[in-house]
Amino acid sequence: MAINWFKYSSPASFYSLSGKMIPIFVFLAVVTLIAGLYIGFFVAPTDFQQGEAYRIIFIHVPAAWMSMFLYVVMAFWAGIGLAFNTRLSSMLATAIAPTGAMFTFLALWTGALWGKPMWGTWWVWDARLTSELILLFLYIGFMSLQAAIDDPRRADKAGAIIALVGVVNIPIIYFSVQWWNTLHQGASVSLNQAPAMATTMLTGMLIMVIASWMYSIAVILKRVRVIILERESHTAWVAELRKKEAAR
Amino acid sequence: MLQGSNLACVRGDRRLFKDINFSLEPGGLMQVRGPNGSGKTSMLRMLCGLSDPALGEITWCGAAIRSLSGDYYAAMTYMGHLSGTKDDLTVVENLCISSALAGLEINETQACKALEHMGLGGRETLPVKVLSQGQRRRVALARLLVCQTKLWILDEPLAALDVSAVKLMQSILEQHLEQGGMVVMTTHQEIDITAASITQLQLA
Amino acid sequence: MFLWIIKRDLLLAMRRRSDVFTTLFFFVIVVSLFPLSVGPEMNMLRTMAPGVVWVAALLASMLSLGRMFSNDYLDGTLEQMLLSPQSLSLLVLGKALAHWLVTGVPLVLMAPILGIQYDLPVDALFVLTISLLLGTPVLSLIGAIGAALTLGLRGGGVLVSLLVLPLYIPVLIFGSGAVEANMAGLGYDAHMSLLGAFLLVSLVFAPWAAAASLRVSME
Repeated sequence: MAINWFKYSSPASFYSLSGKMIPIFVFLAVVTLIAGLYIGFFVAPTDFQQGEAYRIIFIHVPAAWMSMFLYVVMAFWAGIGLAFNTRLSSMLATAIAPTGAMFTFLALWTGALWGKPMWGTWWVWDARLTSELILLFLYIGFMSLQAAIDDPRRADKAGAIIALVGVVNIPIIYFSVQWWNTLHQGASVSLNQAPAMATTMLTGMLIMVIASWMYSIAVILKRVRVIILERESHTAWVAELRKKEAAR
Repeated sequence: MLQGSNLACVRGDRRLFKDINFSLEPGGLMQVRGPNGSGKTSMLRMLCGLSDPALGEITWCGAAIRSLSGDYYAAMTYMGHLSGTKDDLTVVENLCISSALAGLEINETQACKALEHMGLGGRETLPVKVLSQGQRRRVALARLLVCQTKLWILDEPLAALDVSAVKLMQSILEQHLEQGGMVVMTTHQEIDITAASITQLQLA
Repeated sequence: MFLWIIKRDLLLAMRRRSDVFTTLFFFVIVVSLFPLSVGPEMNMLRTMAPGVVWVAALLASMLSLGRMFSNDYLDGTLEQMLLSPQSLSLLVLGKALAHWLVTGVPLVLMAPILGIQYDLPVDALFVLTISLLLGTPVLSLIGAIGAALTLGLRGGGVLVSLLVLPLYIPVLIFGSGAVEANMAGLGYDAHMSLLGAFLLVSLVFAPWAAAASLRVSME
């Protein structure tokens, strides 16, 4: 049986579909989060070099991965929305931004927490930390631009352009920061000396990555639903929905 | 020539109009009417291709204006609420530069002739900022005299004009229509123009 | 048409010379504030100079971005440009170039004098000027995207800095890096080639992106 995918690209059917999907993802997120944290903090062995402090990477690494990945996903959907004029993809991009910014902030925060015992300072101008900081600026730019525009269609399109410009620039920025960092060797401590990771550590980290995924999907779907209701408030199907909710 | 089918416009949450159909042939004038806020200006901006209709399509010579873009703009002149003149430039500079940017380079003599016709003789070298509202409007309208486009889209062209200027404007429009031009305009004033065909487009 | 837009914008800038000077004085003042805040010790100033001059150039160029489109937007001439039969990207390129001629070039010319304030050696002054010459057009081009996106928005000025400054970072790194490399006795060819590459890439893509942004903002 062929599935009509376009059916789900209409906000109304996406709304009801996502409503059914959210509980599944919330459940998966909670389960993997508990499992991942348990493995990370109780099962995984203590690192002989870094002691217990290394355990922050179970949060730090997934957060850093998600922060970068979500920006690309956001730009992708924003670009689709711009090219094909599909409302839902633009809404998806808008919904992704806060979650992405949250993960970026989390990565910076945990990076600082990890840096204090390791480097003896909260912040070093390390290439990765600096790139992550710039990524946070890009997220903030995207969100403030969309917030400043009243007309949702214009906000979608303007956001899409800045997201795409950002995505083109991210490799350039990352490369520049790397170069800048190697020029100023003295100030930095290399993060690259990753010691061979124990299998339990790797398992714990992968489970935490899955947990971040599930969490992101659940939160983003929820946020898209809110955006849909807000934007489609004048349509017949939302009025219908309101009636149903009231009757319940 | 210019055709619109099933046009609809949405601003924010509000639907301004829908199912608008019209067609305009050479020599025809279409007056867009409706109360304040009925979407007259939105309609004209759609016809220029500045914004896209929520539904429906606008075609010029059978092709969608979106796909024509440059070719369409070469045949069309739009005059909006804003005068489109720079305060710091002189009257004649304004006319020369705006024509050049619209793809038609004119020399100063041509520009002065058009300005003379619009009743701005002797003011050619004044900066636009010292002119009155009505005079600025005349500077903007002088562009219609030098441009050689077929379709004019005018948003309230008679606003801020005095009696003699309104008469002048009407004769300019009549002449344009006689030569097979087309005009789409909004106005609150009663217009007194004789043309082969005058259609009314009533919004809401 | 391309020449017309440059001619027009330069003419307008000539009629409003004070705007040009404001940007230039801003640049001079910001650069002069640093010795007052960190002390007049020459060795330190010399190492700081490239960074300070470049950051000040970045800010000065950014502050004047608001003027690139907003005046034309307010008096309706921008609307007319969108309806021109010529390509809008070309027109945006012309406007960005005019912006650079009016704000970027004075900065480039002023930079060696400010470098002397910081006791930079002569060849470092030369490298600083060349790096600014290659880098400031990129600032105008990328800035055009930000200016077009924030057209007519409340708080557009602050917003444009949020959007544009992160994108300026590579230019800043290689621009000031070139001078530092020169002062450290290293070659600066690679920096210059990269700045040149940024310029070429932004010449191709920025006008196009800014034109798309203008269409979005004017809808």
